[in-house]
Amino acid sequence: MNFDFSSEDRMIQEQVRRFLSEQSPLSMHRSVMEGEALQATEVWRGLAELGLQGTAIPEAYGGVGAGYLPLCLVAQELGAVLAAVPFSSSIYLAAEAITCFGSTDQKERYLPKLASGEWIGTLALSEGPEAPTQTNLKVARSADTLSGKKLVVPHGLAADFAVVLVASAAGTDLVIAGLEGVERVAIEIVDPSIAAASLHFEQAQCEGLGNPGEGWAMLETLQHRAAVLYAFEQIGGAEQALNMAVAYAKERFAFGRPIGSFQALKHMMADMYVALKLAESNAYYAAWALQNDAPDLRLAAATARVSATQAFQLCARDNIQVHGGMGFTWAFDCHLFYRRSNYLALALGGLNEWENKLVDALPSAVA
Amino acid sequence: MDFSDTQTETEFRQTARVWIQDNAPAYLQAPLSGSGFGSTRTGDFDPIAEAKKWQKTKAEAGWACIQWPKEYGGRGATPIESVIWGQEEGVYGKLSGTFIIGQGMCAPTQVGTEEQKQRHIPKIVSGEVAWCQGYSEPGAGSDLAALQTKAIIDGDNFVINGQKIWTSGAQHSDYGILITRTDSEVAKHRGLTMFFLDMKSEGVDIRPIKQANGDSGFNEVFFDNVRIPDVQRLGDVGDGWKVALTTLMNERLAIGGSIATGFPEIQALVSELIIASGPANDNQAVRSKLADWYAKSAGLKNTGARAISALSKGEVPGPENSIGKLVAGGMMQDIAKFAVDLQGLGGLVTDPAIARSQAQIQAMLMRSPAVRIEGGTDQILRNIIAERVLGLPEDMRADKGIAFSQIPSSQNTGAR
Ligand SMILES: Cc1cc2nc3c(=O)[nH]c(=O)nc-3n(C[C@H](O)[C@H](O)[C@H](O)COP(=O)(O)OP(=O)(O)OC[C@H]3O[C@@H](n4cnc5c(N)ncnc54)[C@H](O)[C@@H]3O)c2cc1C
Repeated sequence: MNFDFSSEDRMIQEQVRRFLSEQSPLSMHRSVMEGEALQATEVWRGLAELGLQGTAIPEAYGGVGAGYLPLCLVAQELGAVLAAVPFSSSIYLAAEAITCFGSTDQKERYLPKLASGEWIGTLALSEGPEAPTQTNLKVARSADTLSGKKLVVPHGLAADFAVVLVASAAGTDLVIAGLEGVERVAIEIVDPSIAAASLHFEQAQCEGLGNPGEGWAMLETLQHRAAVLYAFEQIGGAEQALNMAVAYAKERFAFGRPIGSFQALKHMMADMYVALKLAESNAYYAAWALQNDAPDLRLAAATARVSATQAFQLCARDNIQVHGGMGFTWAFDCHLFYRRSNYLALALGGLNEWENKLVDALPSAVA
Repeated sequence: MDFSDTQTETEFRQTARVWIQDNAPAYLQAPLSGSGFGSTRTGDFDPIAEAKKWQKTKAEAGWACIQWPKEYGGRGATPIESVIWGQEEGVYGKLSGTFIIGQGMCAPTQVGTEEQKQRHIPKIVSGEVAWCQGYSEPGAGSDLAALQTKAIIDGDNFVINGQKIWTSGAQHSDYGILITRTDSEVAKHRGLTMFFLDMKSEGVDIRPIKQANGDSGFNEVFFDNVRIPDVQRLGDVGDGWKVALTTLMNERLAIGGSIATGFPEIQALVSELIIASGPANDNQAVRSKLADWYAKSAGLKNTGARAISALSKGEVPGPENSIGKLVAGGMMQDIAKFAVDLQGLGGLVTDPAIARSQAQIQAMLMRSPAVRIEGGTDQILRNIIAERVLGLPEDMRADKGIAFSQIPSSQNTGAR
């Protein structure tokens, strides 16, 4: 037993951290958020030069084949700087879907381009304010075309193709659709750095991914796997929000003393730390389960997801509280973390959905 | 990263399992499994006698305190082997409650002389002697360094006068560690000195205190001119605070790894309980709580695992391990309240013959408030995390840099 990442994995993490601290300042996040660009292109390119998009993609398909453990640490670093790049959609979702369910031909066509960062993929799921279910999908496939509207597609403005959940004759399918020629409209969401879009498919070309009728089951598998990687982004963001709060509390004075000496704030930050620690430890275990396809992967993933969502939401929220009025300004960065924490909390389905997934995955009680 | 057993670990686990199968008191398995939190049920058998018997059996075969060096009666096992042993010992581990203070905190593994270690540790290992921890006083709990029990040197002895309180297990203990004040004219942390003493010494008066849950686990201990030989001093005169911190760190480790949270109990309850909306298991509010509690208990377990890994690499466990008791204590209390609530008025029944699961939940309800106090209150643990982990500024203090004798204190120190 050894419950820590290897020094090789940590070296990759360190390298990513150095790169991002130089190349991905929050000012860059802001310019994407304020609509000046669809993504931080230079950051995306730099990550690709380091081979990071391909971290877990097999060497046979143009990746590095280093597995999920280093990818988790990359995710943590991207989460810490709120990197405004479509990494999560393209790698944890699109590349993962094709790796898990694609034919050899599909893997050959898509994975090398995803690994090199040349193509950006995403997952198109949501169709409106209602969470998608097996029975309420309106976007439908007939043979090689699909029609209908996907409402909130993360990174939909930048993506080259989408993996789409659709209703079909067989029930639900996953399909891959190129986005050239598909009408897309920018959608404002709580975290504008995500460059979300609505995609309007009209008899758009698509190809099936995996077996017809198994769309929903594949989606569940995909979401559990991605949940581990999202959890690492969440703990990265949570830790950074906590660091901000602590730093500010040491500098800001009120009543003749640093506000960080007030117990009400100290205890608030101690609770943020506790939530973060629990989430981090659960994420570590889930990383191992993902890498090893452990039998309890679903439980581990749901557990990591629930803890990480709780931790990031708490840290982002209370970071604003520690900052007082400053925390509620556009100019201060607190709201960027608050926005991102809410995006990541919903990106794969909300907390309640994951609580249910967790309970479903629990081994039955030993009476 | 690897959460599965290595080849050696698998073999170790197998050896442990076989030995336990052949030697554990199987007749106690059922009552022990029904033990409520904070109590050890042994059916028709005497709990202390059974605990001592199991401890002795383990010690003779080299399965007691396995992480300690062989020369003191341990096994020289690695931290990870201790974890595996704990998993395999399972329910029988509950028998060790009597010894936890001696084994987890007092054994002078870190601070005694070689001769003291040779003499005392093997008997702690074998369960022949039990130890207690005399730290808290009526006027000194969270603010432990405010303690007033006096030790005055007299030839080769120190003479002790004063009072300890909340001393768990003092009435069953052979020895105790005792922190005292040897100098009131220096800052409060600097005038302290640690000893260990024979609890049967003349002038020691032990009076059990009835607790809120009806048990009497802790005691008042009075010291009236009790003489402790200087050779039983642990550490230098004036170094008592440092020694106390060492034992507190051991305490956190002892508690942190295997702390009870109440999760298995609530899971078992909702899997069989029918409530107004149908099976409790299907109720959305129940599921949501269950998920939250599972995530927390898994988080503690995995955090413990990381601490063990760090320990195996020779790192010293730090103040970040304070989160264990902080999370578990509050969680256990929440779980107990929720579980009782689900059962309606019937959930208040404390008779083990009538209540579900032998009234484990009700025992938890009544014992859990203490978890949030003993060994450092929730508030003190948050202070530790804020100051020692996050580096936030210290509280404004009214006692800093002042000689102990000049510090204001509550008028009514014997607050009971
Ligand atoms: C079941 C049980 C077993 C115990 N066993 C032992 C034992 O074996 N040996 C032993 O020596 N002691 C033992 N104790 C004592 C225990 O360590 C103390 O009760 C504990 O440290 C709290 O001290 P106190 O009771 O004096 O409360 P106080 O220190 O008076 O605390 C009262 C309240 O004030 C709060 N408070 C105090 N200081 C601060 C601060 N700086 N910031 C914020 N809040 C603060 C506390 O959190 C608490 O809520 C035991 C206690 C219990 C309940």
